[in-house]
Amino acid sequence: MYEDDTIAAVSTGMTSSGIGIVRMSGRKAVEIADRVFSTPGGRTRLADVPSHTVHYGHVYDEGVPVDEVMACVMRAPRTYTREDVVEISCHGGIVVMRTLLAVLLKNGARLAQPGEFTKRAFLNGRIDLSQAEAVIDLINSSSRMAMDSSLRQLQGGLGKKIRQVRQEILDDTAYIEASLDDPEHISMEGYRQELLDHVKKEQGQLLALLHTARNGKIIREGIRTVIVGKPNAGKSSLMNLLLGSRRAIVTDIAGTTRDTLEESMLLDGIPLQIVDTAGIRRTDDLVEKIGVEKALEAAKDAQLILFAADSSLPLDENDREIARLLTGKKVVVLLNKSDLPQVIGPEDIKELIDAPVIPFSAAEGTGVRYLEKIVKEMFFSGSIDNNEQIYLSNERHQEAVSAALDSLMNAEKGIEEGIPEDLLTIDFMEACDQLGLITGQSVGEDLIDTIFSRFCMGK
Amino acid sequence: MDFVYEAYDVAVIGAGHAGCEAALACARLGLETILFTISVESIAMMPCNPNIGGSSKGHLVREIDALGGEMGKNIDRTFIQSKMLNTSKGPAVHSLRAQADKALYSSTMRKTLENTDHLTIKQAEITDLIIEDGQIKGVKTDTGGIYPCRAAVLATGTYLRARCLCGEAVTYTGPNGLKAAGALSDSLRRLGIELVRFKTGTPARMDGRTIDTSKMVEQKGDRRIIPFSFTTDPDSIQKEQVSCWLTYTNEQTHQIIRDNLDRSPIYAGVIEGTGPRYCPSIEDKVVKFAGRDHHQVFLEPEGLYTNEMYVDGMSSSLPEDVQYRMYHTVPGLEHAKIVRHAYAIEYDCIPASQLRPTLEFKKIRGLYSGGQFNGSSGYEEAAAQGLIAGINAAMGLLGRQQLILRRSQAYIGVLIDDLVTKDIKEPYRMMTSRAEYRLFLRQDNADLRLTPIGHEIGLIDDERYEHFLEKKHMIEEEDKRVRSLMIGTGEPVQRFLREHGSQQTGKSLSLAELIRRPELSYDILKDLDPDRPSLPEAVTQQVEIGIKYEGYLVRQQKQVEKFHRMENKLIPEDIDYRQLHGLRIEAQQKLEKFRPLSIGQAGRIAGVTPADISVLLIHIMQINQEKAARAKAGKGDSGE
Repeated sequence: MYEDDTIAAVSTGMTSSGIGIVRMSGRKAVEIADRVFSTPGGRTRLADVPSHTVHYGHVYDEGVPVDEVMACVMRAPRTYTREDVVEISCHGGIVVMRTLLAVLLKNGARLAQPGEFTKRAFLNGRIDLSQAEAVIDLINSSSRMAMDSSLRQLQGGLGKKIRQVRQEILDDTAYIEASLDDPEHISMEGYRQELLDHVKKEQGQLLALLHTARNGKIIREGIRTVIVGKPNAGKSSLMNLLLGSRRAIVTDIAGTTRDTLEESMLLDGIPLQIVDTAGIRRTDDLVEKIGVEKALEAAKDAQLILFAADSSLPLDENDREIARLLTGKKVVVLLNKSDLPQVIGPEDIKELIDAPVIPFSAAEGTGVRYLEKIVKEMFFSGSIDNNEQIYLSNERHQEAVSAALDSLMNAEKGIEEGIPEDLLTIDFMEACDQLGLITGQSVGEDLIDTIFSRFCMGK
Repeated sequence: MDFVYEAYDVAVIGAGHAGCEAALACARLGLETILFTISVESIAMMPCNPNIGGSSKGHLVREIDALGGEMGKNIDRTFIQSKMLNTSKGPAVHSLRAQADKALYSSTMRKTLENTDHLTIKQAEITDLIIEDGQIKGVKTDTGGIYPCRAAVLATGTYLRARCLCGEAVTYTGPNGLKAAGALSDSLRRLGIELVRFKTGTPARMDGRTIDTSKMVEQKGDRRIIPFSFTTDPDSIQKEQVSCWLTYTNEQTHQIIRDNLDRSPIYAGVIEGTGPRYCPSIEDKVVKFAGRDHHQVFLEPEGLYTNEMYVDGMSSSLPEDVQYRMYHTVPGLEHAKIVRHAYAIEYDCIPASQLRPTLEFKKIRGLYSGGQFNGSSGYEEAAAQGLIAGINAAMGLLGRQQLILRRSQAYIGVLIDDLVTKDIKEPYRMMTSRAEYRLFLRQDNADLRLTPIGHEIGLIDDERYEHFLEKKHMIEEEDKRVRSLMIGTGEPVQRFLREHGSQQTGKSLSLAELIRRPELSYDILKDLDPDRPSLPEAVTQQVEIGIKYEGYLVRQQKQVEKFHRMENKLIPEDIDYRQLHGLRIEAQQKLEKFRPLSIGQAGRIAGVTPADISVLLIHIMQINQEKAARAKAGKGDSGE
């Protein structure tokens, strides 16, 4: 349905490329862009710039830089959709584009429906009438495609789970509504505590689903991993080993910053996305030149850090410095060169940093299996099963579950504050509506049916 | 022998709750109106429950009143007990219900009709509609009387081809043994109007002297009675009230029912009509809710000058010998004499998808319909539709804009939109859960929502309107005052807050901010507000609700705005859905059947998806642009 809110989507396709474009269209496009975009020094606001101009700057997510970008501001009506449009050109990594999109959604944009930019262009008179049929076909085919992919995802446990939670919320709503419509037969007395228990349980289930979204994301995109260590600790041979013949290289994605490369690989089913900080893999003599600092820079936003230490040499200032800087992060220490005479052991490392330590030999390829086990425990609480576990992987679905959870939080607050039941159902119905976006069910007759099937109404 | 009478502007067929409102509205707007009834004694008859209002139905009555209808005034004159329901819940679902003196309700309404100028009452059965060129021209009675008219309102209730069932016994009568209307159904079918068969039922009536109320729980009315009509002075209606009585069915009752299910016309398959789920017969309850060992039963007086009591909760179509045994198992009814048996009634009505939201038939100009004939159920639902059908018949004849209330404006809007937009499978009852914007649709603000419309139409006189404007002004002023009044942080304020279990405050707050606190209220805060003006409760109540529930109201307002954007996108009347490329077959068929007025309405039709709506929007865009282009070209031609 046509709305005049602001929509956003990645418009260059979710494949890796040198440059990606995330596009926003709608009344608040510029306003939302200004919330997340800042030029160097922060002096220029996009709201003040002339139309059809390009601006250099960074996109920030709550103060944390996401990417270095160019923002192109185009004001209505001379735009594709005839609405205000902002196009943000970023680096073409899938992760960057997704993150950038997520930041825009968080700041007030709505994820565009398939074909929605074109639809708006048409509805605003931008596209010639002769193209109407093409637009209609586009809408039909993309809605079918979206439906198909949604259905595929829903055939598994996910759809069942969401339908179940939604029905639980609907049952509570029906109880309240029944008591409103027939107060003399159906009493709310003592029901509030029960209601509170239900809401908490439902929240728990949605939270668990959102938690799997994180796992789902990891499965889809890989764990961002950085290898650090002092010169000659064996970083490059470690990387080569991990990427080596025994492991499948999944894709080769051009990096998030211009001078790094990302390599994706599967570690016993767990995808790792290893950030090669300016060529650890290049030549041995180059490796020597890479300072500790540079690797640590990359480690800042990594999800997993593999800290290579040389067990054939005593610990030195470099090791201590690295360990200090990595405190509080998810670190696995690889005590490399276990094939050589050992000068230090795991207990020496443990004194520096609280992290699992694995004796490792990049040269002989030992210790990999142990690394797999540790990573699994760190990210999936030991269990990962691509076949059985329910993953919430689609952004649209995540958005809906998250909104449903917000509504239930509101409801919980309302119950605790003694808000009358008929107002609580506003939040319940909102939660049902949101989950219904995923399952394709709408509140309405659905609720009335539940009321009649569960409660004995009337005279 | 046919006899042609003088011509009327409007003919109303049926004098139940819908017909009365329709006829009054037309006559009060100055149109010569004739009201047909099979029996003058049955005008505004209440053939089922002896009450008006209740959850969401009370809202309808308030809305009827705010638009200038009669139901609220009539029940204020004839009630014998009154109760505000749901007072422990939010203000949006507070709902007024009054027990009526049935006979008095009926005769009082009759007197009002009789004393209304331009209104003629006629006892006759209408058997035919006279239609020429798709326009109503007159109606014909069973005795050959022909009444030319320019508009007509069908309000036949449950009388069309009615039959009553009590076990194996079937009688071809309307409610209460009154004559059924047989011939009109055929006439309607000949005109291409589709009919369906619905069913409803009513419980037995008992002789009150034979009921042992000592085994029941007394149900009293409210201490302070609140009137339905905004024009009724509350002080003028405080009076002695009668009580209702609560008792329960038990395992024995249920066993008798289970043993005799094969003799129930429904379970034996004799009844063809679809019954309502919200008003199940006692046999339905026992079957569907088998786990329950008891059900509530209310004994309700039918009036002050009769001993008859209505057995609320035990409607049935079981044979009378089963009824006899079943009722006598209920505590307090062991020796009760049954005055009238329970029965189920089947009747013809229409799928209201044949109507525009104005309640005019899509195919026949000037023909309107309201009430149970449209597939609804309940006195209040009927009256509401009757009023709108009457108003629109009048507006049509006067060449003025017709009235379509939106879902965001009134329960009446929800009711009619549902009836004309949905596939209704059972008699439709208003429910508060059907109103998505109910926070705005409160019974306490029905006048604020609708009285300006009633005045515009001409059913609210200037005096009442002035009075209304004054109230509105007072609400606005008082709202402004409490929002700007700062109460400071002095010791008296802190002490006051402590005493009322409310958190003390470090900064000075407005009175409104304190009203918003759950533990405080406008009334409680009067000690902190010494200069408070003396205002009617109806005024301060509006101020308090507006402040206390502001957060929710603002959220709902956003939903309403979104809803309006879709309602404002109109679909061209002459659109041909079969020619629209890209619409799915199911969507085409549904859209063709309902022919919605707006994109919003189209979106509510079951079977029409968001993608269909997108496609439809694009076509409408295209149609409008082509029209604009043609208009421009046409203008150019004429200029040469």
